[in-house]
This record gives sequence, structure tokens and C-alpha cells, in this order.
Amino acid sequence: MTQVATPPPAAAPEPEPVPEGHVRLTIDGVSVVAPKGELVIRTAERIGTAIPRFCDHPLLEPVGACRQCLVEVEMGGRPMPKPQAACTQTIADGMVVKTQLSSPVAEKAQRSNLEFLLLNHPLDCPICDKGGECPLQNQTLANGSSQSRMRDPKRVFVKPIPVSTEILLDRERCVLCQRCTRFSDQIAGDKFIDLLERGSAQQIGINSAEPFQSYFSGNTIQICPVGALTSAAYRFRARPFDLVSTDTICEHCAGGCALRTDHRAGAVTRRLARTDPEVNEDWNCDKGRFAFPYVREDDRLTRPLVRDESGELQPASWTEAMRVAAAGLLEARDNGGVGVLAGGRLTYTDAYAYAKFARLALRTNDIDFRARAHSAEEAAFLAARVAGSSPADGVTFAGIEKASVVLLVALEAEEESPILFLRLRKAARKGLAVFSASPMVSKGLAKLSGTLIGAAPGEEAAILGGLAGEALASDGVRDAAERNKLGALLRTPGAVVLVGERAAQTPGLLTAVGDLVDATGANLAWVPRRAGERGALDAGALGTVLPGGRPLADPIARAEVETAWGAAIPEAPGRDTAGILAAIGIAEPEITDFGVAAEAFDREENFTGEVDDQPAPGLAGLLVGGVEISDLPDPAAALAAVASAGFVVSLEIRRSAVTELANVVFPVAAAAEKSGAYVNWEGRLRPFAAALPEAGMLDEARILDTLGVEMDVDLYTQTPAAAMAEINRLGTWLGPRPTPDPVAAEAVQHREAGFVLASWRMNLDGGRAMDGEPHLAGTARPDTVRLAPAAAAGLGVRDGDPVVVRGPASSITLPLTVTGMVDSVVWLPAHIDGIATAGRLGADAGDLVQVEPVLGGRH
Amino acid sequence: MSNPAEPTPEPGAPAAVPPPAATSVADAVSTQTGPGTVSNPGTGEEALPVPVTIEPALPPTGTPTGPSSLEAALRAAGPGPGENWPTPADGGAPLTPMLTRRWASPRSWSINTYRQLDGYQALPAALQVEPGRLTELIKGSGLRGRGGAGFPTGLKWSFLPPASTKPSYLVINGDEGEPGTCKDIPLMMADPHSLIEGCIITSYAIKAPFCAIYIRGEAVHALRRVANAVEEAKAAGFLGKNILGSGYDLEIVVHAGAGAYICGEETALLDSLEGRRGQPRLKPPFPAVAGLYASPTVVNNVETIASVPAIVMGGSDWYRSMGTEKSPGPKIYSLSGHVTRPGQYEAPMGTTLRQLLVSAGGMLDGIPLKFFTPGGSSTPIFTPAQLDVPLSFDDVAAAGSMLGTTALMCFNETVSVPWAVWKWLEFYKHESCGKCTPCREGTGWLVQILRRIVSGAGTLEDLDTMADAATNIAGRSFCALGDAAATPILSSFKYFRSEFEDLVTGRTPPVVESRLLVGAH
Repeated sequence: MTQVATPPPAAAPEPEPVPEGHVRLTIDGVSVVAPKGELVIRTAERIGTAIPRFCDHPLLEPVGACRQCLVEVEMGGRPMPKPQAACTQTIADGMVVKTQLSSPVAEKAQRSNLEFLLLNHPLDCPICDKGGECPLQNQTLANGSSQSRMRDPKRVFVKPIPVSTEILLDRERCVLCQRCTRFSDQIAGDKFIDLLERGSAQQIGINSAEPFQSYFSGNTIQICPVGALTSAAYRFRARPFDLVSTDTICEHCAGGCALRTDHRAGAVTRRLARTDPEVNEDWNCDKGRFAFPYVREDDRLTRPLVRDESGELQPASWTEAMRVAAAGLLEARDNGGVGVLAGGRLTYTDAYAYAKFARLALRTNDIDFRARAHSAEEAAFLAARVAGSSPADGVTFAGIEKASVVLLVALEAEEESPILFLRLRKAARKGLAVFSASPMVSKGLAKLSGTLIGAAPGEEAAILGGLAGEALASDGVRDAAERNKLGALLRTPGAVVLVGERAAQTPGLLTAVGDLVDATGANLAWVPRRAGERGALDAGALGTVLPGGRPLADPIARAEVETAWGAAIPEAPGRDTAGILAAIGIAEPEITDFGVAAEAFDREENFTGEVDDQPAPGLAGLLVGGVEISDLPDPAAALAAVASAGFVVSLEIRRSAVTELANVVFPVAAAAEKSGAYVNWEGRLRPFAAALPEAGMLDEARILDTLGVEMDVDLYTQTPAAAMAEINRLGTWLGPRPTPDPVAAEAVQHREAGFVLASWRMNLDGGRAMDGEPHLAGTARPDTVRLAPAAAAGLGVRDGDPVVVRGPASSITLPLTVTGMVDSVVWLPAHIDGIATAGRLGADAGDLVQVEPVLGGRH
Repeated sequence: MSNPAEPTPEPGAPAAVPPPAATSVADAVSTQTGPGTVSNPGTGEEALPVPVTIEPALPPTGTPTGPSSLEAALRAAGPGPGENWPTPADGGAPLTPMLTRRWASPRSWSINTYRQLDGYQALPAALQVEPGRLTELIKGSGLRGRGGAGFPTGLKWSFLPPASTKPSYLVINGDEGEPGTCKDIPLMMADPHSLIEGCIITSYAIKAPFCAIYIRGEAVHALRRVANAVEEAKAAGFLGKNILGSGYDLEIVVHAGAGAYICGEETALLDSLEGRRGQPRLKPPFPAVAGLYASPTVVNNVETIASVPAIVMGGSDWYRSMGTEKSPGPKIYSLSGHVTRPGQYEAPMGTTLRQLLVSAGGMLDGIPLKFFTPGGSSTPIFTPAQLDVPLSFDDVAAAGSMLGTTALMCFNETVSVPWAVWKWLEFYKHESCGKCTPCREGTGWLVQILRRIVSGAGTLEDLDTMADAATNIAGRSFCALGDAAATPILSSFKYFRSEFEDLVTGRTPPVVESRLLVGAH
């Protein structure tokens, strides 16, 4: 409730009744009504009184350690004998609180506490990163004494010491408020830093064998109320008052964390988590915080490139590049067609431009944003259940806290959606039951106190099918009791199923997910990894979906878009990424009966819709957005396909395998250099401003708009605002969603001996967006092979032993970590040193691989 | 030995049980009889012959021969071997050995001796009654916690939520760390079974299936002895499943601390017991609601719980016949320092130091008393002017200090107060857990200043700074350790500020050479 200020009690009118669940108290003579159980320090904030504090943080449990917030408290007319910590004292009806503003006792307690904190605090503010934005400095300036009574030598420590490659600890500056240790314990669950020693020797420290390897360690820097924790990346780089701050959104995953991007002299110097209670609360992950220097790597593209007669890419003017690209694309369009691989890093408006460019300029639906393993089943699932949904009608971060149960399917939240993991953990600490259909009890699942529903890759669909049906007999079925418990919980109101993008790798799984939520009434959300995927889906960057989640096959939906665009849209459903790559270089169908063929081409409507049945015409060109070839299931084949394409236009931030094969390369703005919006996995629009507009880099919507003009098509996406306005005018599809054809799960039957490969991307795994930040890379989890205890025993290998995983193509040798997991499964990180495991092994998740000990045994 | 399955005779309600060795509590000191033979009503077994060497805890009294005047009493040396000790008639303390009555017996720590001297007789009686009545009994006895704060024990037990879904636990605080305090460790050494019997009865009263005895890690001898006693009690059927056929199960674990004063604070003790860093917890929730493993927990001092069997045997009225109205019962007073016969003196609550000193043979070598602590270094010091303050919780509080652990550290006139205060503050600095700012930073600062003062490098400004800093620690820190650390400064300034002034102005020479301060603590 809001506060009710009343005049002093003398002539007070009858006070308003206190609402249910609230109490009335007095703070510095002001009467306040506040919810029961609130802490005095928060209630004081309601009336605008800031009680100084260091250890208190609204998202951490109260600790009362720093003693900075002492106030005088009276209950029932009797003053409490000692001043109370406002950060631990809960309010009560009739309580009288006197803060430093009205109590000399509180004022002196706070002033003297500040003196204690400063006794041993070094006078190094002029070289401290925190200087200028330091709560201790601010407190001292506001309330501290200008003279110190300290006559003796200060306590000294070696400074700084690295607690990880990224985080540096200066123990002299530390005020031991324990915000960092409490964050690591209570929020992240990575209790790698703790208090050591005691008394005046007490300090923060780590176990020297276990550095602060947390994906969330950067948050401790931000909540440190002094300069004790600093980052190797930002240390000594800037003064806060020299920085220009912009509200931005993280480009690294589909969580859509609110960030503050600080820049100076044309370069981003640091990124901080911005408070957004709906999404990331006060936190973000280290990738979001530190992985921004990639845009300043040497291979950054700054000028358009055009391949000359000798086959070399040469810098060209925008005008020339536009002309060459337009001519090439037009010719390719008219001689087989052009496919569009939009990639997963796009903003909503950029994806919209690709979607519109494909339909209008290239006259095709051959567009796909999925630069990863995907399937037609997935496309149908997305069109039917995901596209166009919004936080208003779907699962949200906040909703997870109220869920009755959460089932994770093909989703390793800590690695693939870190901020979702934090919200899951927050809910789990309050009692939410989390289940994961996964081959192993990962560290993340353990930190969620989650329950494993053991599933080897390929088995998930059958297990989900079981959950949708009757309870299982308790004998002979793996995890039967857990599965029955989950089955019952999923039928309770508020149940949530979160499915990751890896579900597309298992045929029938997404069908099973759909059936499960239909059978149980659970809420469903699809959580992709990349920031751009959800927006690209809603923007229509998919062969079967038009903007606003409109099904291409629906004539009304198509007509709505055609009306808005003022142009016709091809009816034939587009190919997906694999289909586009496969179609490149395929010869024209061998047509023997020219008459029939000509007739078929004349009757366009008959021809369309039969792409599946007839040999597709070979695509002659490609328009490629941000696609890393190594992310694709078969990188070698993909590379060969791009190489064989007649004409390739690439829009990229940095040189890549695709730009090396492109005929024209357009340099594009990175996230910090443009404005726009992402759509996070909730379907929530996350607009952001350009941190570095002066960089002069163009966003993709603008480039495509100009290219469209060269091709005699108007996209009207000159600016993100223009594109966004058009998206809003179109709105979301309200008509019927297509019903996907069910895809049967493939019976898992591995006849040969071997292990089923399980694999997923780690949060930090040497991806290109993490380039240029070696300190961050140092906090990545070490690469390892995981096997179940029984499997390891069968092979005669122990924890730490090198183990060979052999696929058809080649093998990978890594140390073993024995893990609680399904016996028949071997797990590897999906990327090792930035190289895709699937590509190296020639085997993808769900395939059979061989595992052997290394001869010679333990190192 | 015993057969716990054997039916026990009807012992009746606890209050009806005669006082333990009813003859002995009052008379053990003055008679030489002691318990000759004892029957074993708990087991129905025939009594074992008692070793003839068993003697009462304290030597028998005879004709008083000690000094008759106060001055003489304070200055006189005690009687030699074969001589007699002072009695109340001489102005000595009216010794009432309840907890200490077995201490002087041979192998007093063994279960045999304990059982021969009324041991494990309260337990079968207690197991016959409804647990809640035991709590009522202890409430009625007026027993107050012996760990220092004097909280009513029965009331503490009754705070456990009646219908908790979690098990209740009993935790014994044997972390005796308060400077000058030496009552629990001697008790555990000399009579561990009284503690264990008390633990069993208390656990039964609070329906706890598990009891932990947390003993200071340095006291390895006490740890071993209590651990051994637990094994003996288990072998005798007093612990484990279905104790004495009552259907009640109890396990006792003896846990070693790791040497931190703060772990005597009950919530820090609980954290330490759980394997965490020993730092005090935020209260509420109090241990009665969320203590050990977040379950309802009673934390009691060793001496408190060792008193329980005697109260069960003797009844609350008998217990109240000793001590003062608000602080009933006997108390182990620990005399240390410049005293002729330092040691434990069990006397009724409200006995004065003057009486105790008489019993202890006066001040060593007759050098007069200068100051003393009524209950350890954390309690404000007293001077000879407070010699006649009755040492009970309320009387000491009324006189401006705290009864604490009745650790009476007596300092004679040769002691420099700043020196003693410095030593105490070194202790608090060393033992501050570091959790909160005033205690962590303040104790370190005070030690820095005190080191300068005792080595002759202090200033008058330092004295004001110290006084102010001490008031900024007291009542501002997270737990009572900060209050305790400020106490020596504040109370010594009250009586002896001139000694500090003399040191910093050079009127008296430094008490410590500064070079000796290197590494001092």
C-alpha cells in the first residue's frame, strides 16, 4: 500500500482503517501503512527515507552484518534497549521507528559505524574503479567525519588477488558485507567464495583448488558496495562519471536481460545488469556482462566487399556493392531462386526485413532463421504453438515463481538460458518442484534440487508420451515413481513445460510435447538459445510463417499481409535451412515431357505445394545473415553447398566462413551500434537504444531496404522505428493456428554396441561472440566426457582418466567426469574450443559412438 | 550390569521423590557417612558394594580454626593438609554440593560410581511421567540457565512449538570459553553421567530423539570422558532404543568444537554443529522454532542440564530451598586469580565473594583484592566495595554487572588494570567472529590503542577515543560478543580511569615493553 501521511497525533483525524495483511507504524513521526512482515528499511523507503546500508540487498536474505542501518525502535510505548538494524527488523503494528533523521542515537550509531568501516579502508579512492559510484564513498561524503581518529597502521593485504580469471579481489577495500558470498550461495548456487579467517583477519576468499567459476560471478562486482571486487576487463579503464550509459538488451541469449551499456570514446567499456523485475531482476550472466569486445576484433567488417574478377574480395563503395548484389540476386532469383538463411542473432526488425525481402524482392518463402539442427516437425510446432504468443497469455519469468511444477525438456537451463535458470532456482528455493527429462543430473539440475527423469537422446518422446497417459507400474520402468509424481503434478493448475531448441533433434519429441500439454493442461513455452530466434519466428523469417505468426497456408492470413505490403506473396511453402542448402546446385528437374512441364509452370497453383513430391529446382543464390557454418548439423556439407551456390550475399559483423565464399559482403551493425528490439522466449518485446549510434554502422533492415530499392521493391524498413511501426500495424494473427501433422517417435533401437551421444552447448564454449575477452573465457567449465558410474566401471576408467569418444569421422579425447546419468549415454560438450563436436565426430546427439579408455591409463 | 527391560518399581511423581541422598545434600559436607550402600531401585539389582574410599566431595568440617576477622580471612592462607576448612560459621560460603558431590569420589566419572551415588535413579522416575510434567517441574524449580544469561530453563523448554512436523533436538552448550570460567569442563571430567542423565531426562521432556553435546575442541580430555560416558550409558541401556522399556529412543552425539569463543553463542554453536562457519544467526527465528537443522531446538548449558536429575529426585521445593527466591538452587562458583585455593565452590545462589574467599582461604599471600569479575571477563568488574553483593542473577545486575558464568577472577593490588584490560581485549579481538562491523573493527582498534597505552605510547586523546569507541561497539554489534568486548573498557574506566591517565602521562612507567608486544595476543 502507499503511505498515508498524517499530521502529528494532536489533531489527527480518525485514521483510515488498516487493510488486511497490513500494519500501521510511525517512522520519524510519519504514519505509514505497509504490508505485514516488511523490513523497516523498505518501509522507510516508502516515505522517501533512505537508511544507509551496505549488506542489505532486496533480493538477498537479510543478514544484519554491516550494522550501518541502525535505528531506534519503540514497541508498545517501550523503547527497545539497543538500536535495531532496520534491514532485519520487521515492522509491527504500533511500532515507532526513529531513523537518523529524528534520533541522535541512530545518527551516532551510523556515524560511528562508518568510522569503524573506514578505520582500515585504504585511501585509494582516486585509483579505485568504484570511485564515483561507491556507496561507501557516498556515505562518507554525506555522513562521515572529515577527520580520522585512527592513529595506528592500517590492516594491509596483498592486492588484488584473482578469485577467477575475471574477478579480482581487493581485501583491503572489502567491508565484509557478504553480499558477494550471499549472492553466490542464495542466487547462483555457486558457493565458490566464502568468508575465511575471523575477527579483524576475516576476509573473502576461495578454495585455491576451486576458483570462482560461476556463470554469474560478475553480479558480485555490481552489488559490491565498495571497490573490493573488480573485473579484469574493466579495471582501470574509466571513471564512472566519464561514461555514457545506454539502456540496452543483451544479445547473447533468448532471455532478453535488461542491461546498461557504458561507453567512452566510441567504445563500450562495460555492461551492467539493469533492474527489470519482470525479466532479469537485478542480475545477468557473465556472458551478457563481459562478452562485448567481439565487435572490435581485427576481422570486423567495416566496408562492403565485392568479389572481383580474380575471385578476391575487394572493398567497394556501398553504391557499387548494392548494384552488384542487386544484379546478382535478381539473376539468381530468375534462374532457380534465392534462399535466405537469416540466422539467430537478428533483431526483431531486422528479421522482419529479411522476411519481407524474401517474399517481395526474392519472391520466395525459402527463408529460415534456424542455423542449427532443426526439423519440419519443429517448424510446424512453432507455427502452431509458439509464433505470436505473448507474456500476456503464456509462461513468463514471474509466472515460473508461481508454477506448481516445471518440466524441462531438451533444455539445460543453466547452460542454455542462464537467467531463466536463476529464476527457476529462486522458485525452487521456495519449493517449486523442477523435473528434467535429460540423460543426466547436471550441476544446474542439482542446484535446482531438481528431479531427473532419465532419458537417453531419442527416448524423450516415449517418456513424455507416458506422462500424458496412465500412471506407470512402479516396477521395471526407470524412474517410474518420479514419472508418476510428475504426471500428477503436470495436471495441477499452473504446471509449466519448458522445451528447448534441442527438441528438434529428436523426431516426434515436439509432437509428444504438444500432446502432453494438451493432455495435462500444462502451460508451454519454447526456450531457444539465440536472442533472435523468437523474434525471427514472429517476424515471419520462416518458410511457413508470415509476420505476426500468420500461417502461410491460410489465405486470410496471407491476404492480410499482402494488403499491408501492397504486393503478392508466393504461396508455396518455403524450404527450411537444410532444404535450402540441399537445393543449392541441384540440377533442374529432368523433364522429358516438355508439354506437361510447361503446362505445370503455367498453372502456378498446381505447381506449388508439390515441392515435396517433385525434384526441387536448384537454388541459384543465397542471402545469408548471421550464420556460423559450424553451428549447422553438417558443417562440411553446408560449406560445400554455400561454395557451390551461384551467387551469395552475406550480411555480417565479422569475417566468417560464409563471407569468405560470398560474392558481396555487407558490414552490419552489431547490437550496441543500432537500436531495435529482441523478442525473448516469453514473447516479450525488448526494445533497446543504440549505445554507439555514432559508430555509423547500418542495421540489416536498412541495408535490405536499400537493396530492395535497387531491386525495385520497397520494404519501408529504413529505420527500426519504421519497421516496428509496420509490424505493429500488422499485429498478431488472431485466426486459427495450423494443426501440425503428428510425427511418430522413432523407436530407439541401437543394435551395435556403443554409447548414445548426448550433447549440448555450454554457456561459455569459445563461440565467436565471446572472442576478445580471455578473462571471461577463463571461467568456462573445463571440457569433459561424462559417463555413468556403471559405464565407467565397465570401461575400467575413473574420474579424471582420459577417455576417447570415437565417431565415424574422428575421435575426441577428454578427461572423464563420472556423473549420475543414464548408463547407455556418453555426454560431450556440443562445442569444444569453438568447434562443433557433431562435425568432428561425424555423429550428432542421439547417434551411436564408441567410447574407449586411453591406453596407458591415467595421466 | 543392569537390565533395562526389568520392570521398575513405581517411583511416583517426581516431586514425590525424596531429595537425592537427602541426607547428603545438606549433610555431606558435615558428615563423614556419605552414602554407604545404595540400592538400585532403577534396576532391582542388588546394590554393589561401595568402595570404602568414597568420600564426600569436600573434606569434612570440624572445629573452625581459620582466621576470624575479615581482613585475616582475606589475607590468610588456607589450612594445610589435615587442617580444617572455613565454614559458614567462619564467614565462609554455605557449601551445598549437589553437582559436585561426587567429584572427589574415586573414578567419579565411571558409571559404577555414579550409580552407587544415586546416579540414574532420576531417569526411571522421569520416564514414568508425561513429558510436559517434567517441564512443569523444572519451571517450578525456578532453575535458570547456568550459561550466563540466566534464562528460566523450564520456560525455554516450553517455547518449543507443541505441534511441530519436525523433530525437536536438545543441544548442550559445553563450549565453555568465557575467560575465567572453569565449571563445565571440571563437571564433565568429574561427573559426566550427571550431564548425560540430565540430557536423557531433558530430551524426554522435550520429546527429542537426538541430543548433541557440543564441547570445546581444546578440552580433549573432557571430550573423551563424555564420549566414554555416553558409551557406558548406552551399554547400560540408558541410551538407544526403548530406554528402560519406556518406548523412548534417544541418541547422544558428542561433538568437538574447533576452538572459537563465538561458538559458545547458541546460534553460532548451532551453525558450527551443522558444519558451517561458526557465526551467530539472525534471530528471530529463535532456536526454539528453528534451531539445529531448522528444527525446534533447546540449547542449554552443561551445568543447567546436570542439575536436572537432582531436581527430578529432590523436587522443586527442595531445589528452591537453596539460593534466592529469583535465583534458586546451588551454583558452581569458579574462583581464580590471586586466591589461596582457586577452584570450584558449589554454594547457594546469592553467596557473596566475601564468603567464598573465606572458603578459599583468602587472597593469596594476603595481598588485598583490587578488583574482580563476577562472571567472567564479559561482565563489568567489581571492586572490594562489591564484596558483599549476593552473587545471584538479580542482585549482581542490580549492582551494575552480570552474574555471567560466576567466573570470579580475583586480582590483587599488584595488577595493573590497563594491563588486564589489554589482555582481555586481545582475547576479544582474537575471538571476534568478524561478522559485524563494530565488533570486528572495534576490537582490533581498541587493541591497537591499548598496546600503545600499556607500552607507554598512549595519549589522553586515546582514552577518550577508547571510551567513545567502546560505547559505539556496545549495543551496536550483532551479538553479545561486542558488548562483552566493550565491557572491560567501560567498567575499568568507571573505577580505574586514573590508572590509564597515569600511564599515558608518564606518571607510572609502561607495564609492557613495546618490543614484547610483537606477536602478543
